[in-house]
Amino acid sequence: MTPTQTEVPQRRGTPQDSDGTPVISVRNLWKVFGPKADRVPESEELCGLSRRELMDRTGCTAAVRDVNFEVAPGEVFVVMGLSGSGKSTLVRCLTRLIEPTSGEVVFEGQDIRQADDKRLRDLRRRKFSMVFQHFGLLPHRRVVDNVAFGLEIRGMSKAERTKRALEVVELVGLAGYENSYPDQLSGGMQQRVGLARALAGDPDVLFFDEPFSALDPLIRRDMQNEVIRLHHEVGKTMVFITHDLSEALKLGDRILIMRDGKMVQCGTGDELVGAPADDYVREFVKDVPRGDVLTLKWIMRAPEDGDDLDGPELGPDVVVKEATRVVLAADKPVKVVENGKLLGIVGDEEILAVVAGQEGGA
Amino acid sequence: MTVAVEKPEKTEAAEPATAPAKGARKVSRPMVIGAILVVWLVLFALLRGKQTLSLAVADLTDLHRWINDFNDSIGANRNSNPLFLYFFNEIRLVIDNLVTFVQHLISQPSGARPVPEIGWLGVVGLAGFVSWAVGNWKVALLAVAGFTFFGLQGLWQESMDTLALILCAVFVALLFAIPLGVAAGLSDRFNRLMTPFLDFMQTMPTFVYLAPLTLFFLIGGASATIATVIYAAPPTIRITAHAIRNVSKTTVEAADSLGATRRQSLLKVLLPMSKRTVVMGVNQTIMAALAMVTIAALINAPGLGVNVLQALQSLDVGTAFNAGLAIVIMAIVLDRVTTAASAREEHARNSRNRFEKWRRPLLGAGAVVTAVLIYLSHTYLWAADFPGDGTVGTRIASATDTAANWVQDNLSGLTNAFRDAITNGLLNPFQTLLTDSPWWLVGAVLVALAVVLGGWKAGITTAACVGLLVATGVWSDAMTTMASTLVATVLVMILGIVFGVWMGRSMMADRMIRPTLDAAQVMPPFVYLVPFLALFGATRFTAIVAAIVYGAPVAMKIIADGIRAVPETTVEAATSAGCNTWQIITKVQLPMSRSALTLATNQGLIYVLSMVVVGGLVGAGALGYDVVAGFSQNELYGKGLAAGLAIVLLGVMFDRITQAAARRASA
Repeated sequence: MTPTQTEVPQRRGTPQDSDGTPVISVRNLWKVFGPKADRVPESEELCGLSRRELMDRTGCTAAVRDVNFEVAPGEVFVVMGLSGSGKSTLVRCLTRLIEPTSGEVVFEGQDIRQADDKRLRDLRRRKFSMVFQHFGLLPHRRVVDNVAFGLEIRGMSKAERTKRALEVVELVGLAGYENSYPDQLSGGMQQRVGLARALAGDPDVLFFDEPFSALDPLIRRDMQNEVIRLHHEVGKTMVFITHDLSEALKLGDRILIMRDGKMVQCGTGDELVGAPADDYVREFVKDVPRGDVLTLKWIMRAPEDGDDLDGPELGPDVVVKEATRVVLAADKPVKVVENGKLLGIVGDEEILAVVAGQEGGA
Repeated sequence: MTVAVEKPEKTEAAEPATAPAKGARKVSRPMVIGAILVVWLVLFALLRGKQTLSLAVADLTDLHRWINDFNDSIGANRNSNPLFLYFFNEIRLVIDNLVTFVQHLISQPSGARPVPEIGWLGVVGLAGFVSWAVGNWKVALLAVAGFTFFGLQGLWQESMDTLALILCAVFVALLFAIPLGVAAGLSDRFNRLMTPFLDFMQTMPTFVYLAPLTLFFLIGGASATIATVIYAAPPTIRITAHAIRNVSKTTVEAADSLGATRRQSLLKVLLPMSKRTVVMGVNQTIMAALAMVTIAALINAPGLGVNVLQALQSLDVGTAFNAGLAIVIMAIVLDRVTTAASAREEHARNSRNRFEKWRRPLLGAGAVVTAVLIYLSHTYLWAADFPGDGTVGTRIASATDTAANWVQDNLSGLTNAFRDAITNGLLNPFQTLLTDSPWWLVGAVLVALAVVLGGWKAGITTAACVGLLVATGVWSDAMTTMASTLVATVLVMILGIVFGVWMGRSMMADRMIRPTLDAAQVMPPFVYLVPFLALFGATRFTAIVAAIVYGAPVAMKIIADGIRAVPETTVEAATSAGCNTWQIITKVQLPMSRSALTLATNQGLIYVLSMVVVGGLVGAGALGYDVVAGFSQNELYGKGLAAGLAIVLLGVMFDRITQAAARRASA
């Protein structure tokens, strides 16, 4: 169960700072609920227990156990797990909506856990914002006042905050609904209000706690596309919690898989599918259409004697699905080339194995 | 499931009290109860009339004399004892000033003026305007019509006195209740601390608050207001706490995540989101205040209550009816206006009609008109003193008298037969059983029943209550009151089950009956006595019938809700198994709403108790009479106070037993 850390790949033109300083670094983060929770992370013996054993021994529940990760600027970082895996607790620990038991959450070079109330409030007002599963809107305020709520809390003047709120309402595609009340809107539109409220304060990091789980499948897809669009437009760093693997693969630059509070694997989508860290992850990704996720580097083979090496060239990060036509159309194997160096070749067989789903677990 | 379990242990626990059941391992609870009753009857036959602790009307015990002395000493030291000088007297002074101020404003001659500052025209205008502003134009019309009717009835000043007391009491009550409610909503610990007090304050019949308060605040408006505050505050506290607690956790968290301070999330999230529910609490507080203010006539509070009380005591049905009608109208107006107020916000939000943008200017215009009316009524006599001499009221009174006489002449055979059947067939034997048994026997039976029905804890509470009842020295009267209460409760439950099952099974019936029940619950208990006084004369029975009418609505509603809560699928399964309607009711719906039935019994008992006690005013005697006599005759003060305490003890005892039984039924 050793978590596999992998480097952040260049995908979808992710805007990456040149120095690569992470926005958020989480180190050895623990959250334990129950009496005398402090002793659990401190004791090596208790750390080793399973969730059940810990409950029986101490009456404590470890929701988040020894989690480590870093979020790069502009990245969409997805935390995925089934219900009860501690993912929602984890994201609340990052802004101390739930107080972590031990560990560090470093933001702008400072441990958030050391921040006093005033500093914490300031961070929440200006640097972070969060979108909730059940929206958390104020039913007695109009859409525009809901969106302006965070700005009002900061003490911005009425005219100014209304102006800004209207801009954001427009941005999330709610123009024309500024004066509606939340209960007059559909679930998807309510969540757009939640999104607008989070964006209004122009935060550095957006946290999403299963924002689309309460929505219909079709609306959920719309909203996912909306998030992708907004990410392109505003380029915020996002930490996204979900229990839906396809959502995670669709949105995430990197995905952290959690189980029983522990991190199981952290990596890009193709890494999870191509090289699952254990049976749990393998089981998880079993039904993923592999051709949509895997890239050529996962299926290429070393050139053998007798292979024609004058076929077309493709990069190693090209998704299998997109390469299929090229590979099948060419009568010679396709060369996988990075920076002028030949990494391997991909023939019809390799492609068909993935597309036809014959390839066993990697 | 709701079906009773754990019979064996509990039955064993009850065995010491039930000799015949000894040895049998599996005895059902009804059998144990039957056995207890049989033992009681046998011992009653043997020991009848011994150690009954009966006390004649004018007799006193040492406790009563001691309380009298205590009262006298307080009276003597009222202006020297520092506790009074700097605490109770100060409170009384502040409340008194507040009441007098409002009275001068709307009801009593103010200073050199022969009329109040605002005359009838101004008050009617103000009532209409306020109702319109907080509610809608329909309730505004209702308010104007209702208030004008008070004048036509010839009860303008009395109505305004009542209104003044209500306004003061509600104002003071909300001053405490809303902050306390918010605190209880925010802090679990504070909530746990408050709950037993609130439970206690609400279980007690209105009546019993009055006596102890007069000890500290003398009789009059101040005591009445304070009693009303104590009685009326709990609903708002409770509902505010509930509203704050029920604000969506996500929304509060969202505010936190945006960096809201505690103060900001209280002012911008919690309070606005619970506003509507809090207004519902205010509605209940106002209704409770009205009930209490009218009954406070017993301690010389001015207002409509006085008219009803005097008329009841002189058996003047017509006058009592006229004043009672005014109370009912005031109840309807206050209830409708506050209900409309709580509905308004949502309503206005959803119907963005074209009047909305005219609302502000129209309200402004209304305010100007109201100001003019107030000015007129301040300046001119015709607008200050309600014109006419209340001929409508006189006519109502005489028409009622005629009707009452007609009923008494023509239906007396019927009503008397009914009365005598219940009195002789049910009430008298039961009362004899209770009052003529030795006190220790009744006490033992009560404790045994409490243990069987509610478990050991209920048994211990009951034992303590029995002990204290004996100590109050009014044991015999308490037993008489208990007999009436239990008989009335049995009848309430019969009515409750019949109508409750009907309403629970038929949406139609529910829709037809429920508004009537809602309206009935809003009325102050006091006014229920009036019509039955006309029908049955001044007897114990009048109080019992009034109590049934007062207690039945709540039982019906609870049972109807319980029946409706039985899962559809269970009923469907029973139907598909071939049950007929009767079988579905008796084998599925009633057993499955067992906890609703016990809860209905609990509420029914408490309602009935408070009414049976008020019945002391119309010849029901016993504890109610003792309390009333205590107010009016100085030498009976101690006994009255002890009788009030006995009512509290009965209430606590009934409440604990039935609540424990309800908990067990729902376990």
